[in-house]
Amino acid sequence: MNIHEFQAKQLLAQYGVAVPPGEVAVTADEARKIAERLFAGGEKVIVVKSQIHAGGRGKGTFKSGFKGGVKLCKSVDEVFQNAKAMLGNVLVTKQTGPEGRLVSKLLVAGAPPIKKEFYLAVLLDRASSRPLMMVSREGGVDIEEVAEKNPDAIVKETIDPAVGMMPYQARKLAAALGLSGDLINPAVKLFLGVYKTWWECDASMVEVNPLCIVEGNDGKETLSAVDAKVSIDDNALFRHKDIQAMRDLAEEAPLEIEASKHNLNYIKLDGNIACLVNGAGLAMATMDIIQHYGGKPANFLDVGGGASREQVTAAFKIILSDPNVKGILVNIFGGIMQCDTIATGIVAAVKETNLHLPLVIRLEGNNVALGKKILQESKLPLTSADTMADGAEKIVAAVKK
Amino acid sequence: MAILVTPSTKLLVQGITGSFGARHTQLSLEYGTQVVAGVTPGKGGQLFEKKVPIFDTVAEAVKNTGATASAIFVPPPFAGDAVLEAIDAGLDLVVCITEGIPVNDMVKVKRAMDGRKTRLIGPNCPGVVTPGTGRDSLGGCRIGIAPGYIHKKGNIGVVSRSGTLTYEAVWQLTSRGVGQSTCVGIGGDPVNGTSHLDVIKMFNDDPETHGIIMIGEIGGSAEEEAAAWIKKNCRKPIAGFIAGATAPPGRRMGHAGAIVSGGKGTAAAKIAAFRDAGIGIAETPTVMAETLLKMM
Repeated sequence: MNIHEFQAKQLLAQYGVAVPPGEVAVTADEARKIAERLFAGGEKVIVVKSQIHAGGRGKGTFKSGFKGGVKLCKSVDEVFQNAKAMLGNVLVTKQTGPEGRLVSKLLVAGAPPIKKEFYLAVLLDRASSRPLMMVSREGGVDIEEVAEKNPDAIVKETIDPAVGMMPYQARKLAAALGLSGDLINPAVKLFLGVYKTWWECDASMVEVNPLCIVEGNDGKETLSAVDAKVSIDDNALFRHKDIQAMRDLAEEAPLEIEASKHNLNYIKLDGNIACLVNGAGLAMATMDIIQHYGGKPANFLDVGGGASREQVTAAFKIILSDPNVKGILVNIFGGIMQCDTIATGIVAAVKETNLHLPLVIRLEGNNVALGKKILQESKLPLTSADTMADGAEKIVAAVKK
Repeated sequence: MAILVTPSTKLLVQGITGSFGARHTQLSLEYGTQVVAGVTPGKGGQLFEKKVPIFDTVAEAVKNTGATASAIFVPPPFAGDAVLEAIDAGLDLVVCITEGIPVNDMVKVKRAMDGRKTRLIGPNCPGVVTPGTGRDSLGGCRIGIAPGYIHKKGNIGVVSRSGTLTYEAVWQLTSRGVGQSTCVGIGGDPVNGTSHLDVIKMFNDDPETHGIIMIGEIGGSAEEEAAAWIKKNCRKPIAGFIAGATAPPGRRMGHAGAIVSGGKGTAAAKIAAFRDAGIGIAETPTVMAETLLKMM
């Protein structure tokens, strides 16, 4: 699960990570009041940041024509005007796709002068099955680019989960970033706090980019997590009620929310051939084979190993709610489930949803002959396929007609 | 010989009284698997299906029945603990079927397993099958949730992160009259007990295995690591398939581990590594068996 920047910073602050002072506003008036408080507290510049689950906000453009989802402001009025221009408008960035995201929350925060930018992240190192903290002197830029062009700029420290991150490891990383003198202890505190956030919140990733040396209001240099991104392991949400409450349904595709209500694993894509499959691996492979035969998959959909008739009906309804869908490929390997049970479910779902699009069904496994017979006797306009390849070819041809 | 398990392997089931565990234990018994014990804390002394004794702890079950392998069907919040209990009892093999275990729980489990002899398969996996010689491969050892009847005793090893794609490959083989030595589902989670490479090494050393189908998917670099080893060391023909070429980056495709992140773990990179290692590439999942059989 992804959370907003302001929520990520709330979690980080709980673990002692220094973040710029700031609050969330949902109206321009609130933004004004927050700005007044921050200026009164000694901030000289304030940043207004659109809160959406996508990067590239600063360089994004609103559909209204207003440019920039992140704005630096030197007066309360400037904060108010920018907040007014952003709230309630749709921001398009390189990560949102052309449809963009509605901005309904803003983070209004202090923006002290930045002296230097770094990159910092904690993630799972799958090769060692251990947490890994990585830092880079090249901050504020795309880390993938750094990894490609200048991999030596990235320094990594693997953490032993039995003891957690040790202060010496934080000192090593601080030294690698060239931090010295009065900045060492704040760096150690910050690194350990970021690790603790990752571990105790069951995060899949904590990314601070940029981590900055800033000039504090007292004129002294200090470290601050200027931007932060946290995503949480869905499997661990059951033990984090507070983080569950951070879920923002407005950031998720409506069809994906509907699917999750029926315990269906659905991801919307931009093609026109929908697929309904049992098993995640087979569902991925079905998308691939549609593309292999010249079609474009409209979704990933895993109905699971024991899909009920209700689930199959719900799955059809979700697929059909996507206006791009021009045909459906059902691919079921009935291992434990009986193909006749699945066929009965499909027939019922097709009747209930009044399906009029081309439908190709590939059934294999237990009781497959009986399953195919049920499909045939239903008199519904559907096509049977013998293999995945046969099914993919047939649906691609049907959609092209 | 097969790998990991044989028809005489004595199995215990942790979580035998839950609906999922009970159903699949029943199917394993029907397949001919030697299920000698169940473990459900608080139900010690009872019998499963009037024949399999249930114990409160794995240690008691092992002491009383001589079980050497365990299948775990325990709900996700308690599964990490169940794995460690099985390891503590000194089992040779632990197969964890449970899907949805928090990643950090598995990070702790893996750390605690350091230096222990137990092999963990999974979690979030369909399990292990060594087919038997009977009709529909009955008389074999089935640990987990795979359909038994699709198998046939023979000489092809199958290893995969995905359940249904394993069944697909096995069924393609069996339909062509080609049997399997052992089929291993290593699971779709980012932290698992046994990698593709671990299983490939076992197949390479197993005289009964003459060819291998390796099925991977996007995410991580386990397929690339296996390919690098295969290039230098493997003496047997291998066909490979990678799922997820069309998956959008940054999205988890059902399996917790199936995600392309930071440009890493793409299908293209894995397919390139396979090709470089001389692994036969199945262009579509329909031709997994065909690709291997052409190489043999």
